[in-house]
Amino acid sequence: MHRRLARPVGKAKAMRERDLQHLIAGVRDGRVSRRAFVQRMLALGLTAPMAGMMLAQEGIAQTADLRAAYKPAKAGGGGPLKLLFWQAPTLINPHFAVGTKDQEGSRIFYEPLAAWDGEGNLVPILAAAIPSRENGGVAADGRSVTWRLKPGVKWHDGQPFGADDVVFNWEYAANPATAATTAGSYKDIKVEKIDDLTVRVVFREPTPFWADAYVSTVGMIIPRHLFKDYVGEKSRDAPANLAPVGTGAYRFAEFRPGDIIRGVRNPDYHVPNRPYFDTIEMKGGGDAVSAARAVLQTGEYDYAWNMQVEDEILKRLEAEGKGRIEMYYGGNVEFIQLNATDPWTEVDGERASIKTQHPAFSDPAVRKAMNLLVNRAAVQQFIYGRTGRATANILNGPDRFRSPNTRFSFDADAAAQILEEAGWKKGGDGIRAKDGKRLKFVYQTSINAPRQKTQAIIKQAAQKAGIEMELKSIPGSVFFSSDVANPDTYPHFYADMQMYTWNMTQADPGVFMLQYVSWEVATKENKWQGRNVSRIRNAEADACYRAAQGELDLVKRAAQFIRMNDIVVAENVLPLLHRAQVSAVAGKLRTVQGGWDNSLAFLAEWYRET
Amino acid sequence: MGAYLLRRLLIAIPSLLGISLILFTVLALAPGDPFGELATNPNVPPEVRAALRAKYGLDDPLLMRYLHWLTAMLQGDWGFSFASRIDVDDLILQRLPTTLFVVGSSQVLALLVAVPVGILAALRPYSLLDQVANTLAFVGFSLPTFFTGLLFILVFSLKLDWLPFVYNADVAATGWRWYWEHLRQAIMPIAVLGLFQAASYTRYVRAAVLDVARLDYVTTARAKGLGEGAVTLRHIARNAMIPVVTLVALQIPAVFGGAIVTEQIFRVPGIGSLLINAMLANDTPVVMAVTFVFACLVVLFNLVADLLYGWLDPRISFR
Repeated sequence: MHRRLARPVGKAKAMRERDLQHLIAGVRDGRVSRRAFVQRMLALGLTAPMAGMMLAQEGIAQTADLRAAYKPAKAGGGGPLKLLFWQAPTLINPHFAVGTKDQEGSRIFYEPLAAWDGEGNLVPILAAAIPSRENGGVAADGRSVTWRLKPGVKWHDGQPFGADDVVFNWEYAANPATAATTAGSYKDIKVEKIDDLTVRVVFREPTPFWADAYVSTVGMIIPRHLFKDYVGEKSRDAPANLAPVGTGAYRFAEFRPGDIIRGVRNPDYHVPNRPYFDTIEMKGGGDAVSAARAVLQTGEYDYAWNMQVEDEILKRLEAEGKGRIEMYYGGNVEFIQLNATDPWTEVDGERASIKTQHPAFSDPAVRKAMNLLVNRAAVQQFIYGRTGRATANILNGPDRFRSPNTRFSFDADAAAQILEEAGWKKGGDGIRAKDGKRLKFVYQTSINAPRQKTQAIIKQAAQKAGIEMELKSIPGSVFFSSDVANPDTYPHFYADMQMYTWNMTQADPGVFMLQYVSWEVATKENKWQGRNVSRIRNAEADACYRAAQGELDLVKRAAQFIRMNDIVVAENVLPLLHRAQVSAVAGKLRTVQGGWDNSLAFLAEWYRET
Repeated sequence: MGAYLLRRLLIAIPSLLGISLILFTVLALAPGDPFGELATNPNVPPEVRAALRAKYGLDDPLLMRYLHWLTAMLQGDWGFSFASRIDVDDLILQRLPTTLFVVGSSQVLALLVAVPVGILAALRPYSLLDQVANTLAFVGFSLPTFFTGLLFILVFSLKLDWLPFVYNADVAATGWRWYWEHLRQAIMPIAVLGLFQAASYTRYVRAAVLDVARLDYVTTARAKGLGEGAVTLRHIARNAMIPVVTLVALQIPAVFGGAIVTEQIFRVPGIGSLLINAMLANDTPVVMAVTFVFACLVVLFNLVADLLYGWLDPRISFR
């Protein structure tokens, strides 16, 4: 599959050296229209978003201003905003956030330097502007990025916000004794204060994706003056852990862990005319379906978060007319892994060891047949409805990283044909076998109604093609745990196939694609902490990843990830659905949300129509 | 009496120790990981998770963890919540008033319903009133609270739109409105719990009154020419209540347990919902503390029941 891509990108590459710069310069001084440029690139096999990115990289950005949709002419006066989260935040220090719920709770009060919009573009929040090559923010060698901070921002207690706070957050999170969950984003960087409103983030090596620290979910900034005495071991004693003082649109009023968060309007908010609501309440607990009811049916609440509810039910509730369902796509993907190793042979006390090969899936014909037996369209139509889209890609966004080269189809006869030709013949029991190896697979996933239904659909199709499938469902608390001693966790992968959703929490595939590189394989040696659970080991995919991580040209980098996507989906990874973030919103509430950041990332822009 | 109390308290110590050891072992053996959610977040490197586990002593041997917990508990340190990063006793104290209000009110409601109905039913056994009361009581305690809770929501919130079904621990109103709002949101959880309890209490009251009503001294009282009201209240009810009081005392820990589900359904921020959330988040220190509190309640109320029994019935003496 990836062969097809190689040609057009190669062509674009060949062209880029001289002509492309010429063309881009043309767009800059107006000789060539933006549209003509994009069309030219499309003809070369690049996608439109990639072409747009080429321009953005050269400082010719054209991002829709999400603040433009805001209607109220003054701050306040909007009354209360009532949010219902069926998972309640248990802490509101963003550096301790264990789950998304905690990040959302913190996001009411704290802000990062920049946030991701729905298209996966950066929007400045506490930064004066987004660093770019053009404005000198991003160093040409990719080793540093300089953030200019927005002047005049004040903490809720009146203290000025500045570079010292930004530097402090790095010291705080990078200290292992603080036990910050954001440590991964801060431990390998250095942060320097240039002046009161400028900081420089220095990387160890050229880093094309610099928008990690200080951005989005891991980037929320806590005030130095309240936390400076609570770094490291003492971090848990900070009074501000429970009474946040941030820069956000709402000031802290009350927090009860696992129950409720309350805030009041920040009259000194740094964006004019915002926020609209006078008070905010985030109530937690209960279950997703009744949360949807409280918004769509009784109107007790204005907004319900993360509606993991079957679309059938949502549609019925929506019909009441009190509210609507909003959906946003990030990069979350539901997918099936075919084990590259043999889960039934033990080597040195470890099953699914990389010293083994899967008896059936090592045959490309079997993998190809499996791909044809997954009825993605049916899974979408009958199980996930509007909340997911069938996909053949593991990397589904932002648009600039989505491969145009992959296709999916469902054809049980063709699958049987492929198996027949490859020598997998049906035995007396109707199950195919070759050299004494039978096509009998254990297919595991977590207990979750849509997943069990998906399992059943795939099992049925496989049966027709002469493959026997044993379905296994494991409680989510076991399946998704990092318990080294429990063989039923997903990183152990002691089964032939498994299915789950992998979240993409940044608008960049750098971390996401680590799950397909050979040096990240989960093994007994690394206590199954490696990210590569499917145990895929493909030299070409490794090379793509390495090339992408050192590639400062964003377009070439995107092409590497697209190529890597095409390689892994042709190997042992079967993408199923691109899954949306779903929320229930009261009729007149206008929200700004996206799939690449917290649902409350742009809370200040929310208002109610009158 | 003093010696009896002391003896009972001393016996309670080993049983609480035993309970705590069993609870701790079961929780330690149960699958799950308090930092499991981090495991599915690709941005959190595995080292961070490993460091957290080490920091909170999750990788220590079981016995050592138990001894740590026990020594801390003896010094009044209830532990430290993984999920909230604050002390467990703070979490529990925050939740306690709401639970006491809901559970307490439901008990009062249960008694207000059960005592009169039970007495009336027993005074006229097999009358229409008795039949109706019996039937309702059977229906009442055969329907689990999670079912009646949902049924109430369906009828009173969704169909009739009279009552809110999301409980809010601090209502943003003052004066009478505050009481009114509190009452409105508390009606359903209190009714669900209270009526469930009332059903079984009615049966006990009826049985106790039936036993007493046939005794000779009741006949004597009637023969003396006392009015029916005085006989019922002063002679029958007072004596019939002795077993009922003990029963109520013994039931109280169970009510706390039963409130867990109800609290979850109505989003009542009480100890029960704290326990459920802690279990879902594998926040073992909180689960341990709450279950241990429940265990203490059971032991304590057993003792209270025994003491009450002796106090109400002079025929029983403590030795």
